[in-house]
Amino acid sequence: MNAMERDRFRLLMMKALDGELAGSEHSEFDNFLRDEECRREWNAFRKVKEATMDLKMTSAPPEVWDGYWKGMYNRSERGLAWILVTLGAVVLFAWGSIEVVAALWADTQVPLIVKGGIFILAAGLFLLFFSVIRERWFTSRHDKYKEVVR
Amino acid sequence: MKVTTQNDDDVILRVQGGEKDAFGELVNAYMQPAYYSALALVGSHDDALDLSQQAFIRAYDSIRKFERGRSFFTWYYRILRNLCLNRIRDRASQARPLSSFENAVEVADAADDPAQATERSMLREKVREALGFLAPEEREIIVMKDFDGYTYAEIAELLECPLGTVMSRLYYARKHLKDLLEDVL
Repeated sequence: MNAMERDRFRLLMMKALDGELAGSEHSEFDNFLRDEECRREWNAFRKVKEATMDLKMTSAPPEVWDGYWKGMYNRSERGLAWILVTLGAVVLFAWGSIEVVAALWADTQVPLIVKGGIFILAAGLFLLFFSVIRERWFTSRHDKYKEVVR
Repeated sequence: MKVTTQNDDDVILRVQGGEKDAFGELVNAYMQPAYYSALALVGSHDDALDLSQQAFIRAYDSIRKFERGRSFFTWYYRILRNLCLNRIRDRASQARPLSSFENAVEVADAADDPAQATERSMLREKVREALGFLAPEEREIIVMKDFDGYTYAEIAELLECPLGTVMSRLYYARKHLKDLLEDVL
């Protein structure tokens, strides 16, 4: 049996297992079953199919459905809460950082090298933050493949 | 659990018009197939519940993009499937495996011939175990066909692929399952 015939047999075998054979495909499939190797494969697949047909997904307890909509509402509310918490933390952190840097900058006892280091660090952090935000925003607006599974 | 195709255009129109309660009607109509579809992929009750709800929230957030005339569940299923597969990949990369799939599957009411009962019951147990070793996409297509009874055309619509691909995927999924069950077949 060549590769094309083998592919055809596999396709017909799936249809036969699932009761989707149509018209002349029945006799075509019966012809394939004259071959012992095909018959062996068919019997093994048939047993697998019989066993899977006896199974089903485990039923969820009824209370899952009673609380489903409410659960979604709570989840959505918590999502908003997390956004607010994050935003608040960012604002407070930024304000605190600015205050600390300003105090150090004004302190005449802090050596110039430390002041320079603080300035470079602050500039780097700001650039990093701006770059990440811009990239996220750009991706969400323009990425055609954002719904593709990673 | 198989979804019965229905036209949701009227409800979608209301949701797009800002009626939140109308979205509740969609959730009530599809929460069960959504949950069981997620369970087939991720294998754990908590993850299935979490992801199916998360997918509904994402669907709600993007409802303006939904083109009326399409099936809501097919559109929703794409969101759900991506979330589930991403969760599986995240867990795999964190070396935190998903829970065993055995608990996600149970025996349907099967009327066995007493002579074959023991053999079939042993095979079923092995199949339950083996399903957990399949790739999520393989498990998904077997569940759709053999547990839920979707036709090839319906699976093709849900997975957004041609009929030939459905049969081919089904073949390789079943072959993998057969290979895992080699010692009992």
